[in-house]
Amino acid sequence: MDSQVFNALQTGRQNKQPMALVSDLKTGGQLILNPQSEIIAAGGTPPQLSAEQTAAVLELLCNDRSRRLADSDIFVQVHNPPPRLIIIGAVHIAQALAPMAAIANYAVSIIDPRGAFATAERFPGVSLNDDWPDEAMIALAPDTQTAVVTLTHDPKLDDPALMVALRSPAFYITSLGSRRTHGKRVERLTAAGMEAENLARLHAPAGLDIGAMSPAEIAISIIAQMTAARHGRSTTFPGR
Amino acid sequence: MTESFNLDSSKTDVLDTVAEWRQEGRDIALATVVNTWGSSPRPVGSQLAVDRNGAMVGSVSGGCIEGAVIREAIAVMDDRQVRMLEFGVSDEQAWEVGLACGGTVEVFVEPFVGDH
Repeated sequence: MDSQVFNALQTGRQNKQPMALVSDLKTGGQLILNPQSEIIAAGGTPPQLSAEQTAAVLELLCNDRSRRLADSDIFVQVHNPPPRLIIIGAVHIAQALAPMAAIANYAVSIIDPRGAFATAERFPGVSLNDDWPDEAMIALAPDTQTAVVTLTHDPKLDDPALMVALRSPAFYITSLGSRRTHGKRVERLTAAGMEAENLARLHAPAGLDIGAMSPAEIAISIIAQMTAARHGRSTTFPGR
Repeated sequence: MTESFNLDSSKTDVLDTVAEWRQEGRDIALATVVNTWGSSPRPVGSQLAVDRNGAMVGSVSGGCIEGAVIREAIAVMDDRQVRMLEFGVSDEQAWEVGLACGGTVEVFVEPFVGDH
């Protein structure tokens, strides 16, 4: 690895920039590709990627998978920042969801402008943000390694967050609420100008259908669905 | 704002260690698992960095092949040529270098070149 490639890798990692390091295993030549398909550094005799191979690299980056490309001497090492989970609503379910997600290696942030809910006492060790959800979401800038879960049931809080999340590249977005609540939510967001194709990215009802009842069980069902989405698996459970 | 949960802060970062070693002017080679078949102890992308004195950080197996990888890494520092290594269990290899778990791994070893 030459200095230019290594320094770009380190700078990118510090800036939490997703990157794919693409290496020619025969010559050691390398390049770094970002999710916009731009080469941000190169060293030695960099691999010449076909359009098909470039697409494969970007897919690996999106799926957070390092792999040798089939029938080639090209290895793709994915460097993604740790996934993030942004929770809107410092409610009871969040008290189960936040620590479980942290164990699963997510960096967890909770947004709730209601001071009584988002206290360090209720959420030890979690990043708490008491800004209004749309401002907070714009500041947190969800990327391809971010999941967004709204839990408040309050359209004043959930909807502004969803308006930002659904237009972001977040890999998983869900909102707590019954099918009826979801129907009303879709109507409101549509009226607010949300595009149908972005609205379709909202997983509803939240979580896998595992019969979850308690806050902890609901958290498990959401984390299971979020895991499936992260790894490109089906986010519906056969269930009943 | 308080800090996020971080249950993994004790993990030693391979590339950050490489950066420190480079500042000290050490010779370094980096080994990366690029392919696995069957069961293998560390997934594709796992890395081990080695310096000329055999100091190491990270891992490419549960300890079964590190010794052999370090020897090859020193050779890579000498001739500055990348190498592909393959380790697996066969009748001849079973009592030498190999993976007790029955898997096979391909390891890419590269030198660090340019300014230190």
